Parts: sequence; structure tokens; C-alpha cells
Amino acid sequence: MTRRLVAYSDRFSAHPGERVEFKVNAMSGGEYRCDMVRLRCGDHHPQGPGFQETVVAAPVNKTWPGRRQEIHAGSCAIVSDDLRLSSIESFTLAAYVWPTTPTRGRQGLLGKWCEIKRHGFALAIDEGEAVLILGDRADRVDIIRSGLKLHERQWYLLAATYDHETAIARLVQHPLDPMLGGPIEVARLLAAGPIDGNNGAPLVMGAFLCEENSRLKPVGRFNGKIERPRLASVALDDGAIATLTGSTPPLPLRDVLLGFWDFSRDIQTDRIRDLSDARLDGRLLNLPARAMKGHNWDGTKFDWKTAPEHYGAIHFHEDDLYDAGWDTDFTLEVPASMPSGVYCARLTQGDEVERVPLIVRPPKGKATADLLFLVPTNSYMAYANEVSTWPSGAAEHAFGHLCGYVPEDIFLWTHPEYGLSFYDTHYDGSGVCYSSRMRPILNMRPGHTTSWIGAGGTIPWQFNADTHILDWLEARGIEYDVATDEDLHYEGIELLSRYRAVVTGSHPEYWSTPMHDALSSWINDGGRLAYIGANGFYWKVGFHPTLPGVIELRRTENGARDWEAEPGEYFMSFTGENGGLWRRNGRPPQSLTGVGFVAQGFDVSSYYLFEKDAQDPRVAFIMQGIDPKDRLGDFGTVGGGAAGLELDWVDAHLGTPWHTLRLASSVEHSNYIMLVPEEVGSNAPNMSGRENPKVRADITFFETPGGGAVFSTGSISWAGSLAHNGYDNNVSRMTENVLRRFIDPKKFDMPQG
Amino acid sequence: MFKIDPKRLDLAAEFRAKPIGIHSPELQAVLTVMRSLPLEQRYVLIRRKPHGEWALGQLTGVRNEPPRIYHDMVFHTVDEAEWHVFKLRWKHATGEELREEMLP
Repeated sequence: MTRRLVAYSDRFSAHPGERVEFKVNAMSGGEYRCDMVRLRCGDHHPQGPGFQETVVAAPVNKTWPGRRQEIHAGSCAIVSDDLRLSSIESFTLAAYVWPTTPTRGRQGLLGKWCEIKRHGFALAIDEGEAVLILGDRADRVDIIRSGLKLHERQWYLLAATYDHETAIARLVQHPLDPMLGGPIEVARLLAAGPIDGNNGAPLVMGAFLCEENSRLKPVGRFNGKIERPRLASVALDDGAIATLTGSTPPLPLRDVLLGFWDFSRDIQTDRIRDLSDARLDGRLLNLPARAMKGHNWDGTKFDWKTAPEHYGAIHFHEDDLYDAGWDTDFTLEVPASMPSGVYCARLTQGDEVERVPLIVRPPKGKATADLLFLVPTNSYMAYANEVSTWPSGAAEHAFGHLCGYVPEDIFLWTHPEYGLSFYDTHYDGSGVCYSSRMRPILNMRPGHTTSWIGAGGTIPWQFNADTHILDWLEARGIEYDVATDEDLHYEGIELLSRYRAVVTGSHPEYWSTPMHDALSSWINDGGRLAYIGANGFYWKVGFHPTLPGVIELRRTENGARDWEAEPGEYFMSFTGENGGLWRRNGRPPQSLTGVGFVAQGFDVSSYYLFEKDAQDPRVAFIMQGIDPKDRLGDFGTVGGGAAGLELDWVDAHLGTPWHTLRLASSVEHSNYIMLVPEEVGSNAPNMSGRENPKVRADITFFETPGGGAVFSTGSISWAGSLAHNGYDNNVSRMTENVLRRFIDPKKFDMPQG
Repeated sequence: MFKIDPKRLDLAAEFRAKPIGIHSPELQAVLTVMRSLPLEQRYVLIRRKPHGEWALGQLTGVRNEPPRIYHDMVFHTVDEAEWHVFKLRWKHATGEELREEMLP
């Protein structure tokens, strides 16, 4: 009921000739077999086309030795050891601190502490209160305690000093809110001998740091924010400490300052800047959240770029993870014999099978088909290792069925070090705003079903759901290339310009600005977009400017959200852009595709009825061979219909182009398919498909000025109906009519306005 | 708060006939109450074979703790599992046993 063999690769996609490194954790050791397979369908549904993959020749197809590889989650800031740090005899430590789990064991805040030797010094939290930990060369440890509990999510100024001449250590815990009382000060003679700063440890903020098998392992991980950490080489009095807490280094202390870190600088990076003359800049491990409000945020500033001084905090989490950092077990040089498509490295060890997807692109700079399947990898990353139903009181009554867990769900829930998704909250309840692909993503696997999708959680979602589209393209003999969201982000319109048409996945939800710009320009220039999904083009995300494979999301003031960004924390740290819904950033999905998100629910799907626009000669090519009197898509393996899970509809107020034709709309949705929050201005009882006619998917078509066109189906479950009746059905027919015409170079004509 | 009426066996019968899908407003109200129980009592299914076999499980409500899995309570269809859990919750909410033969 869990997993023993898991893996990832250093990239999602590669051209022939490029190298892909695979990193494997074989928890039982032993050997495992690798076979590269071309994937056609990953759904085991008994009424579907069945699980289909084909082994392809590759030099990595052989037996490999297995080994155990661990993930060390938890973020912190690290300043490398330095003679000035290791020779410290007396010190002052100070920082603003906003703890979120103060009672959760010992948590390192700021110090030069070796957890193995227990030598050094650190400001920390222990048993709910601020402490100063001191360790001498004779292994004696002394702990000075504030004696007063810290409150969650309150700002404190914490400071500690030690004077080696007097051997007096002092600790100050000062709440900034007077409701929490005044400052507490504890001072006493140190029982231990002279502190050992020469302990080989770096200076660390937000954790203590160990090394295990040559890899950094944060322990004593802090949950919460740290702002303005300071270090001086003498024991300062309160007056001098007060001058340390400003935004510029105080001149009188210039000679004794060893660290005056300003987290409001370099927010877009994984570096921290020291403004003291010591210039002890540092780096961040595992991407703690930046562009976070500091103690001085007063509700007058909302964009960190215009007021960085209000955003001087970093929020550390015990379960932050950027890069699992595993060693490479084998490397595939993508053979020229692998045509563009979706492949997996299939690893087998006894009953355990792990499949790591690989998107193989055509040769660099070339297209080998007229159609591009744009694999929505941003959305896969957004859902990466999602465990949202486990801690959610809302899961079952929102979804209308029992959740159904598979072995990878249990593994992920019991292994938080594998990192979280945009649908989860950290241990401390704050939202997960960064998600990386530099780790095994166990719900991005063929064969995976999602616990809350469909009766018993038996329905595929995202990657596995999109294999219905691959299967159908293969079955209908429609040639296609594949590329990822990330490829589009970095290559832009140049990538799209090699194709006549793009077909989306079932749920292309997360778009960066460069991706959005490229797609909309390409459509207006004559590109053809077949959007055969729903809830697409919904959230705005940013890519990190330098680190590969990680995106950012802020769940701002509207939309269907599993968490809410804090007020004032809507601007993304990676890009500086206002985050949230594209709808609230001036680009509603309707303006790009004709339709946009209106309702969702995860029990059963339904069907469409044709509208009078279906008779319009402009869409005769779509309706060829389809009887407009028939129900459209009243079948399928995803909830029994082509209209379900998440639904998009037209809305002229949100930019549906004036000449859009609405060919069909879905009907008869269940009690559990309900309007999304941004469609509900004020509460009302008519939320579901049983009472509200807005709960529907619309199928739309419109032409663009450059001879292009856009076709949208408004439903995530569409792809699950394609294979019905041996691919002979009206959903399959309509999709094929659209794609065959879309790859035809003949331009579409815009109607006259 | 809405209370489940143990005399409304017609609603139990409606659920038995179609556990997942469109329901009457009264059955919907029953299900909303049943499905809103606290996390530490939340029943779940643990897949043993794709589309073929599930064991009953229960969440503990504690973060990162595995579910309790009842390997002696195994279902071969989702509908059977839903009906079993419905009966457990009916008893929990009303104090009365719900048996198949009682249904109208």
C-alpha cells in the first residue's frame, strides 16, 4: 500500500541528441530493470481503450543497480563559514521573527550551530519560547530561555548577546504588539565555558544544518518569517541593538557588524545580501517564500517592487523543497529513432513499477507534423504530489463520493519531504506558492487516478487524463509533435510558428505571461487553437529567472482556491508581476478562447445539446457527419459524459469575441457541479447544476484576423469520451473534423462585423 | 441544523439505487450532513486493484499519519462501498441500524 521505487529526471522534455539524467530511489536496494516505452494510454478503465505502451529501443534498456536516495526538505538561509565568523568570541544576534508553529519542537532562527557536535551559538525557539543556545568546546550546552510563550503569527524582536569577558549571556523577547505585553529580558552568567564558533558550521537562518552523505540536511526547521537578521562581534546594549533594527547599517557599529542582511534586496533570486562591510552574502536552500510582508507592512503598500522595505521578510517552511538533489543513476541520450511523442522510463523491480514521463520533441528547430500537442506541464507541476484531500474537511461533501486512495497517495501523505503542490498548505497552514519538477512527481504517472475525481477516485486527472488525447490521435492517425508549457515559455512564438494548429490538454490551467503572449499573438497571426479541455488559461504563474524547473503562484483575492494569499502578498517574487487569476489581470480566458471557467464538480458528467449556431455555414466543417438532433457526448469513461469535472462558458462581458458561434451547451449537471467563486457575487442558494442554468459547458468557434481560428469544448471530461465505441462517436467525429481542418493551410475568413 | 430522520427510508432507498449522481434535494441534504463529519472519522477507500477492489479506510485526522485500513472490509464495486458507508453513517447520525430489507 505504498511505494518502494520512485524516480525523476532533470528535465520534462528533450530533443533527439540531448541528454536526460534519471535519478532513482530504490528503497529496497537490489536491481531494477529500465525500459523506455512510448506511451499511448495510461487509463485502466475497463470501458476505455486500456493501458497501452510499447517498448522502444534505447541504450538505457537494461538492469541497473538500485540504491536508496533521500530527500531533505526544509528551507533555510546559509552563509558560508568564514574566518570572521569562526573566530567570534562575543556576539549580538538580532532579528524580527514571526513564528507560525512556535510549539513544534526546537527551531533554529539565526546562529552558527553544529547540531552534531552541539558546539556554537544560536538564537532559536524551543518549547514555545525564544532561547539562546550556547555550546562550548567541552561539549557543555547552556540554554537561556525567555520564559514566556511566543504567540503564533505575531511579530517579535528577538535579540541575544554574549560577552566572553564577563561570560554573561542575555536574551530579549520583545513583542511588537503591546497587547502581548512588554519586552522580556533574561541575563545570567554562562554555565558553559567560552563558546565554540570555530565549529565548522556555516551561519544558518531558519534551521540548523547537518550533512548526510555529503548532502545538506536542515534539522530544527523553523516555520515562520525572519526579517532583518543581524550579527555583531560584540555584546551590544539595548540602545545599540535598537539601531541595528533599522534598514541601514548604523555607522557607529560599522567596525563590529558582521552581518546586516536585507531580505528586501534580490527578492527574485535565491541569494541574500549582507549590507555590512563584512559582505557575508548567503544563499537560500529549498526556496523559502520571498516578497513576504515584514513587521512594518502597514496596508498602504501592495507591490514589493515599489516598496521593498515593506517586504523584508522570508517565510521559511519545514516542508519547502526545490531540488531533491539526487545523484544520477543513468543518462539517456535521446536517440534519433524516437519520433516526437510522450515516452516513459519504465523502471521495474518485482511488483513495483515506476514510470518517469519524458516528452520527446522533434529535432531542434524543426516540426515533424502540422499539429502540436502542447503538454500542459505547468498544470502538472501545479498539482505535483497533491495531498489536499487528506487534511481537508471539505473533500467528500464537495466532491459527492468517497475519496479513493492509491499507493502513491499514501506514500506522499506519509513522506512530506517529497514536497507539496499549489493545492496544499504547508505544515504551518500557509499556502504553497512554489512548485518544482526537480523531484519525483508521483501523481504525474500513467495509470494514476486522483482520489477526488469521479466515483471512488477512479478517474485520471491531468497527465494521465491527457493520455486519452494521445490515444485518440494515434487511433485516428493524426500526426502530432509534442512540446511542453516550459518549452513554450522559453521559446515563445518561434515554437508555435512551426505549426498550423495546437491542441491543448484537458486542463491547461497555469500560464506564464510569455506563454500567454506567444499563444495569443500566434492565434491572431493565423494559428489555430483546439482547446479540448476546460478551466484553462486561468491562473497566472511565473518561472524563476535563473533556477530551472520551478514556478510560482499566488492565490489572490478570487477564484477557486485551496488557500488564500495573505493580503499584501499578491505580487510574485520570481517575476514581480501581480499574481492570481488571468481574469483579474485583464485577460479573462473568454477573450483568448471564447469560453472561461464557470463551474466545477467531480462526481458525474453530462452531455451537450446543439444550439442554433450549429447550423451556421461557418461551422459546417465541424458538424460534418454529426446530427444536430443527437445528444453530444452522452457517453465516456470520465463520469459517463463529455461535459464534466470543470466547465467553461461564454461571457461577452469577459471578452468572448463578438462573432463567436456557440454550437452546443451542456445540460443536466448534478447537485455537486457548482458555480466557481468568481461567478458568485453574493451568496445564493442556486449554486448547482440542478438549479442554475449557468452551470454548463459551451462549445464555441471563432475565426481570427490572420486566417486562424479557435475551437473550444468547455469541458475537462471531453477527452474521456473520444474512444467510445471504437472511436466512432460524435465527440470523436467533431474533434477530428476540427483538427483536420485546422491543419489545412487554407485560411479562415473573419465574418464582417 | 438539519437532522437525518430515520423514518425517511425512501431517501436511503434512493441512495441505494444510485449512490453517485443526481439526487433529490432531500437526499442531497442528508448526504451533505453525512459527508461533513470530522476528519478523524472520515471514511475513505484504499484501492487494492484498479477498478476492481477496494478496502475501507479511515483517516486519523493527524497530518502525515497513514489511514487505518480495514483489510477485512473489501468491496468490488464503488457502489457497494458507498452503500456500506451510508449505512455506517446512518447509524452514527440516527442511532438506528439501516438494513437492506427495510428499504421500501
